[in-house]
Amino acid sequence: MTAAVQGSEAPLLDVRAVSKRFGGVEALKGVSMQLRAGEVVALAGDNGAGKSTLIKTISGVYQADGGEIRLGGEVVHFATPQAARSHGIETIYQDLSLADNLSIGANIFLGREPMRKAFGFLPVLDRAKMAEAARETMARLDFHVNRMTAPVGNFSGGQRQAVAIGRAIYWNAQVLIMDEPTAALGVPEQRKVVALIQNLKAQGRGVIFISHNLQDIFAVSDRIVVLRRGSLAGERKIAETNPDEIVKLMVGG
Amino acid sequence: MSANMTMQSSAPSPELRSKSLLLRLAAMRAWLFLSMLLIVFEAWAWISAGQSFVYSAWNWQSIGIAAVAPLLLALGSTFVIISGGIDLSIGFIMGLAAVVAAHVTQKLGLSLPLFLAMVVGLVAGVAVAAIPGFINGLLISKLRVPPFIGTLGMFGVARGTAFLLAGGTTVPVSNSWFAWLGNGRFLGVPIIVIVAALFVLLMHYLLSQTRFGQHTYAIGASQQAALRSGIDVSWHTQKLYLLSGACAGLGGVLYAARFTAGAAQAGEPILLDSIAAVVIGGASLFGGSGTIFGTVAGALVIAVIQYGLVFLNVESFWQFIAVGVIIIISVLVDQTQRRLSGERQ
Repeated sequence: MTAAVQGSEAPLLDVRAVSKRFGGVEALKGVSMQLRAGEVVALAGDNGAGKSTLIKTISGVYQADGGEIRLGGEVVHFATPQAARSHGIETIYQDLSLADNLSIGANIFLGREPMRKAFGFLPVLDRAKMAEAARETMARLDFHVNRMTAPVGNFSGGQRQAVAIGRAIYWNAQVLIMDEPTAALGVPEQRKVVALIQNLKAQGRGVIFISHNLQDIFAVSDRIVVLRRGSLAGERKIAETNPDEIVKLMVGG
Repeated sequence: MSANMTMQSSAPSPELRSKSLLLRLAAMRAWLFLSMLLIVFEAWAWISAGQSFVYSAWNWQSIGIAAVAPLLLALGSTFVIISGGIDLSIGFIMGLAAVVAAHVTQKLGLSLPLFLAMVVGLVAGVAVAAIPGFINGLLISKLRVPPFIGTLGMFGVARGTAFLLAGGTTVPVSNSWFAWLGNGRFLGVPIIVIVAALFVLLMHYLLSQTRFGQHTYAIGASQQAALRSGIDVSWHTQKLYLLSGACAGLGGVLYAARFTAGAAQAGEPILLDSIAAVVIGGASLFGGSGTIFGTVAGALVIAVIQYGLVFLNVESFWQFIAVGVIIIISVLVDQTQRRLSGERQ
């Protein structure tokens, strides 16, 4: 139903009846969801509802036991998170996975640093290129920093969140999965992150956003997918629902 | 609170600027220690003996020679400590390398040209040192043994092996090239100091300009972050301990050349001096920070204290107290620095 309303374009990410079991526990029982370009989908549910398992299955940490995942219309199987990343699916974990002692540029390029030749023969890190990419990327997120050489540990929580997002979009992530991006932040910083997500949406990327904070969910999402005990409990467009209904779906009242 | 959010785009406040100046000073504390020491020793030398401490080529040669072995061990340790690990086995790996280099150089010198015998001896010493380094790496990266325990075990293994190979005594070498390497001078500068200086440049390049160095810092900051960035943390750790062993090996063969003899116990007092050099040099034992030139300054601080107190006729036991106090000050500075930079904005 939602597909018809959202338009004729094929979804960016199409999760079809995915199931996943760990031993005797069925963590996902045939969950389906879709994500379009420029759309923010919130993934809600109580602890143990299967939110983490679902995103880890999408991002290649786990492999689905049943069902299929389509990316841009094609069926994909990711053996590792690296494989998913190379297809443009990037996960931003709650701990952000930043090296706090390195600069923004060094974090963006961590593991794939650009090199240049000094004196025509000696390979050295291309710090100028890293700083330039960092400046451009952060500007795209409407985030301006003076000292590009400062370690990211010096920045605030919301700014570090922006660095983690910047790293994902520099590598051209089309699907961003954000795990509780506002959980550890103060109120002004939460607002900054909400603005970042709106920015990503405007750039035509798809965002899956896990949160316990209904206020944030209603501030930024287009749709909410609610999971309960490994199954799809319901799916609502933000404009057509309210927090009470979502809570009822979550707890099964 | 909202002022906080806009501050990022405006110029930093004077308070913030003075704080960052403090942090910068803290980062180069080893060079500050060194300057202060030199000023104190210079004044002391003039008052007590009416001569200069600093304007003496002889003093600097002696300090340089004394600093070589601890510095070489400390260079490898700088990498290991930045990655958040520790290598306690390097003292006896150094002794092992000294004994092997002495044995091989001496035995081959009987049949081969002396220069060739020395080269093979040096290579053998460093190569043998790489073996315990490799095993350390295997224990820590693959078998998940904590670095402190794994390398403590290797400390004992290398120690026993070195004494067994040496037959419980020192192994003398009579090889004129070996003696030249250890005691010769080029333009007045001891050869081993030149070798150490070239090696310092190589290690500085490796740490500050290559992916290997960058990944070492990243692993020290967060293994999880490094893993998620696609860095092969296990293989990297393996290489770090191999490098540490090889550095200790180079320290050992140069030490053997200096005394034209290999002694198993050579590195025993040098282990702690080398770790002290890294810490005084600004590396944090929690991992994630440190530089090669900081470590060089740290090694010089220790060598200047040790040589300077002898020069000034101070009872030699004061050395331990002086080095100990500087280590404690250095760690206190490191903690303050962490607290300051931990206060975000």
